[in-house]
Amino acid sequence: MNPAATSWAFEAQDLERLDALLGAFLDGSQARCALLLDRTGRLLTAAGDDAGFDRVSFASLAAADFGASDQLARLLGEREFRSLYHQGENGSMYLVDVAGHAILAALFDARTTLGRVRLKTKAVVPEFASLFAQIAARDRTVGARLEAGWLTEVEDEIDRLFAE
Amino acid sequence: MSMINYASREINCKIVYYGPGLCGKTTNLEYVYNKVRPETRGKLISLATETERTLFFDFLPVDLGSIRGFNTRFHLYTVPGQVYYNASRRLILKGVDGVVFVADSQAERMDANYASMQNLYENLAEYGYDPRTLPMVIQYNKRDLANAVNLGELRAQLNPDSLADFEAVATKGMGVFDTLKAVSKLVIKSLG
Repeated sequence: MNPAATSWAFEAQDLERLDALLGAFLDGSQARCALLLDRTGRLLTAAGDDAGFDRVSFASLAAADFGASDQLARLLGEREFRSLYHQGENGSMYLVDVAGHAILAALFDARTTLGRVRLKTKAVVPEFASLFAQIAARDRTVGARLEAGWLTEVEDEIDRLFAE
Repeated sequence: MSMINYASREINCKIVYYGPGLCGKTTNLEYVYNKVRPETRGKLISLATETERTLFFDFLPVDLGSIRGFNTRFHLYTVPGQVYYNASRRLILKGVDGVVFVADSQAERMDANYASMQNLYENLAEYGYDPRTLPMVIQYNKRDLANAVNLGELRAQLNPDSLADFEAVATKGMGVFDTLKAVSKLVIKSLG
């Protein structure tokens, strides 16, 4: 695997398109909240009512959960487990792989059903996958457009933040 | 490896603390959590056993704030050090931007340090990383213990490429921030 495959540079129009797809998915599925994260645990974008939970922690844990399931699949001779479902008393969570690039997480409650969420997920994942393929094909040199002087200022801030 | 979002103007970088069991990786993160300004850090998440050994990972997001319009955030992770948790270690390395190798200075842990370093290289290779170009620093922890090996020997065994290295007593905070500063700066430079 090429490490660059986990390196992303998102443009404003990428986010607009991801958000539009996520919004449409949310409307169709009637999920409470939908999040898109990369496979290393970084939140890309989210839509819906997140009820104030810690989305950064969520992304990190969900990606680890998904990664662990992937390894379990391989142990069992499967290529991958493409989705994960966790059922709670008041809310449930459905996670699905987006072409190895990302994870779509849908949080939902009694206002909808797992079947409906699954169905809508199946429809939207190829669209997300196509968009990620386009983003991945572009130059992802992260620092190319950072302003001159940015590095020095970041280094100064690192010294200030990580001080006794 | 890193992620830059030009729309929300965010940069996210992943730093992983690696090393043998009980070398002090979690202690490093706990010290950082307790010492940085509360508004700059998120929750410290620890997936640990009942005996407080890391089972999967610890996670701490630290936010540098907005600099020239870009919000820069470091995601700090530890891996479980015990040999049989290798599948978990490999998972956590996915997408890594920088590594802190935490070595245990005690003489009886030298073999474990060496084995963990080899294991790190093997796991990095599986993802296609070149350890010679990946930002990495070494921390020699537990320098306060009577059975600590001298620095020259540690360097000869664990740091043949003369990476930036630091002596530390993570329980007291000594060397923790110096280590983190060094790896963060290497990671930031590697973005350019």
